[in-house]
Amino acid sequence: MKEILEKFSDADFSIELLDKVKEVADLFYAKHGRKPVLMEVCGSHTQAFAKSGVKYAIKDHVHLIAGPGCPVCVTDQTSIDSMIELSNKENVIVCTFGDMMRVPGSRYTLMQTKSQGKDVRIVYSPLDAVKIARENPTKEVVFLGIGFETTIPLLGASIKEAVRLDVENYSIWMNTKLVEPILRYLISLGEVKVDGFLLPGHVSIVTGEEFYHFLRDEYNVPGIISGFEPVELLSGLYRLTHCLLSGKAEIINDYPFVVSKKGNKVAQDLMAEFFEIADEPWRGMGVISKSGMDFKPEFNQFNAKRKFDIEIPEARKTKCKCGEIIRGLIEPPACPLFGKACKPVNPIGPCMVSSEGSCAAYYNFMREE
Amino acid sequence: MCVGVPAKVIEKEEYQAVVDVMGSKMTVGIIFVQDVKVGDYVIVHAGQAMSIIDEEAALESLETWKMITEAREAGGQSPIGESNPVVNR
Amino acid sequence: MEKFITMAHGDGGEQSHELIQAVFVEPFSSEKEAIFDAATMPWTSGEVVMSTDSFVVKPLFFPGGNIGKLAITGTLNDISVSGAKPMYLTCGFIIEEGFSVDDLKTIVKSMRDEADKFGVKIVAGDTKVVEKGSADGMFINTTAVGMYVHKRPNPYEIQAGDSVLINGTIGDHGVALMTARGQLGITSDIESDCAVLTDMIDKLQAEVASIRIMRDPTRGGLATSLVEIAEDFQCKIIIKERNIPIRNEVHGACDIVGFDPLYMANEGKVIIICAQEDEEKVLTIMKEFKTGQNATKIGSVSEIGIGQLMLETPLGAKRRLSRLAGVMLPRIC
Ligand code: SF4
Repeated sequence: MKEILEKFSDADFSIELLDKVKEVADLFYAKHGRKPVLMEVCGSHTQAFAKSGVKYAIKDHVHLIAGPGCPVCVTDQTSIDSMIELSNKENVIVCTFGDMMRVPGSRYTLMQTKSQGKDVRIVYSPLDAVKIARENPTKEVVFLGIGFETTIPLLGASIKEAVRLDVENYSIWMNTKLVEPILRYLISLGEVKVDGFLLPGHVSIVTGEEFYHFLRDEYNVPGIISGFEPVELLSGLYRLTHCLLSGKAEIINDYPFVVSKKGNKVAQDLMAEFFEIADEPWRGMGVISKSGMDFKPEFNQFNAKRKFDIEIPEARKTKCKCGEIIRGLIEPPACPLFGKACKPVNPIGPCMVSSEGSCAAYYNFMREE
Repeated sequence: MCVGVPAKVIEKEEYQAVVDVMGSKMTVGIIFVQDVKVGDYVIVHAGQAMSIIDEEAALESLETWKMITEAREAGGQSPIGESNPVVNR
Repeated sequence: MEKFITMAHGDGGEQSHELIQAVFVEPFSSEKEAIFDAATMPWTSGEVVMSTDSFVVKPLFFPGGNIGKLAITGTLNDISVSGAKPMYLTCGFIIEEGFSVDDLKTIVKSMRDEADKFGVKIVAGDTKVVEKGSADGMFINTTAVGMYVHKRPNPYEIQAGDSVLINGTIGDHGVALMTARGQLGITSDIESDCAVLTDMIDKLQAEVASIRIMRDPTRGGLATSLVEIAEDFQCKIIIKERNIPIRNEVHGACDIVGFDPLYMANEGKVIIICAQEDEEKVLTIMKEFKTGQNATKIGSVSEIGIGQLMLETPLGAKRRLSRLAGVMLPRIC
């Protein structure tokens, strides 16, 4: 098994595949007079494409657009401000994935409130936050629930644990997002014409392959589920472009050793047990109906939005173009602030903070000069 | 969206397992993969094993990808046909 | 002597005296020099090279070393990579009350051992005790002086075609500390690479004429040090991802939390830029030392006049590397 996994990032194999991707993309060009436009939905793909050098190597052959799959980046400013404000509450411990620490709020970041003595803790799993709640019975512990289908079951698992152990001082501030509604939204918006989607490998663990059939059946758009190593990325590009040439939209599972047809039942059940579909605000897109998950009423005692009154001033307006970037309309260098006022050390928008944000990926991995 | 790392299960308890990622170890939850066995490889996300990597399927995928590199697309001819082994796997 | 440090050990009175006698005098007394007062030491003519560094580390004891060893290593390496031979050291301790005297003795002993190995004398020291909670157990400051015995490296001679070399795997110290802290539940057998490189560097300087610059990539890791060299001396450095030595365990631990080994700290590494024709000689000498077993070439200087560090991925794509931006935070998405 180890040898197989090693092969997935084998440099010589990648180079061979790279040539094939270019070949098939050039056939597309010959046929359509333009490059194929592919969107990688997942932020980890964005980062993997940039970091491995695949994006750079294919840039003259395939137009690869980063999609809305960076959880931090798609979170709207008001939600971010509210989550940061939580840390200013008396007696509250805010637990979060590390990704949120440096995200700029309208006034400050969690990193800054922490340095002012607020209790903000980075955890690796929401279950760790439940543990912290048990160790600190006199405090309120809030977990910042950002993420897509891969992460929502983990949030469910933490609630289940809190119920089992009777932990009353634990809650989640839900800002979760779902993949299907945003794909539908982007396609119907029609701002960018995407020929095919590279579908998020790890979300698919939970949802399963069949979940994406709507792309093929309702929109006649192909998609491919793929892994994250260079060989997997390149195979994904090749097979998707190949599929475009055939003219027949298909949903291909190129990650079948990890992703099943129906997904992970335990995870799906955990989502359904505690949460229900809800309207959710997205950065740059406004509220999209039924695009996220929130607590079912019977579990509202774990709902941080109910537990705490958070008042925040109106979100600060900046020239940040993250909203347009998430929608795939522009590439980071088209933002006037990119690499000038906005850099990873001093980010202005979330896309420059999260390592899988398009701006950070571009700045860190695509700059030649 | 979600960082996922392949890891080998080296010890298993009821709800958690110790996994090895290239020599570094950590304890992860296994609620999503309860029938995982010692020796299996899993994908770990935020402290939970999310999926067991199916070795046979992985090998098959590798074969498919190798076929891509062997596919002949030279000679100015479009190789894309119904019979292309890569597309119609 | 009591088992734990108290505030009284720092007030300059009887107990301070007792602590000094019990812990410091024996290991730190070298010949007849005055201890814990101004020290006098013999000096030949020429320039003095001087460097100071403060050490705060968590945990104080980690696989491959402790704060004491680190305090000697870090400062001696700073002098050595500047091209000089370290001669004398001073050290200042800030100790939190309640600290175990036995642990203190262990730390002091490893400082002595490390300095002895390289013939460096500890000539002066100071101890302060602070209240519980004011220091993370202990902080140490060390200052070293040295002198030039070989020709000084001249970074302004860096030329296109020069080779960039390193004496072994990167990221070991950073990952050893991360896993020793038990944070995030990751464990590994990785040991810190914490080691004094004075002997290796001395031999390199004696035998290789074309060494342009040496740097120890500590905080900020390999990438940050190379960016600094590139910018300070306006040269474009290209390193090859494939050639950078990284232990599997370091890769694994970094993968789990989303860190990049290029930015993880090292405490026993030196980057050397030298003329290409001397690269084999440098590597051969490095490999004669325990600290240079995995020495290898990682890249080269491609042109002069632009200060940039580029990383070439196995696919042949090049991307520009920057300094470490802020602290690295574990991420899941
Ligand atoms: S470069 Fe900065 S300001 Fe511009 S879109 Fe990206 S994150 Fe926003």
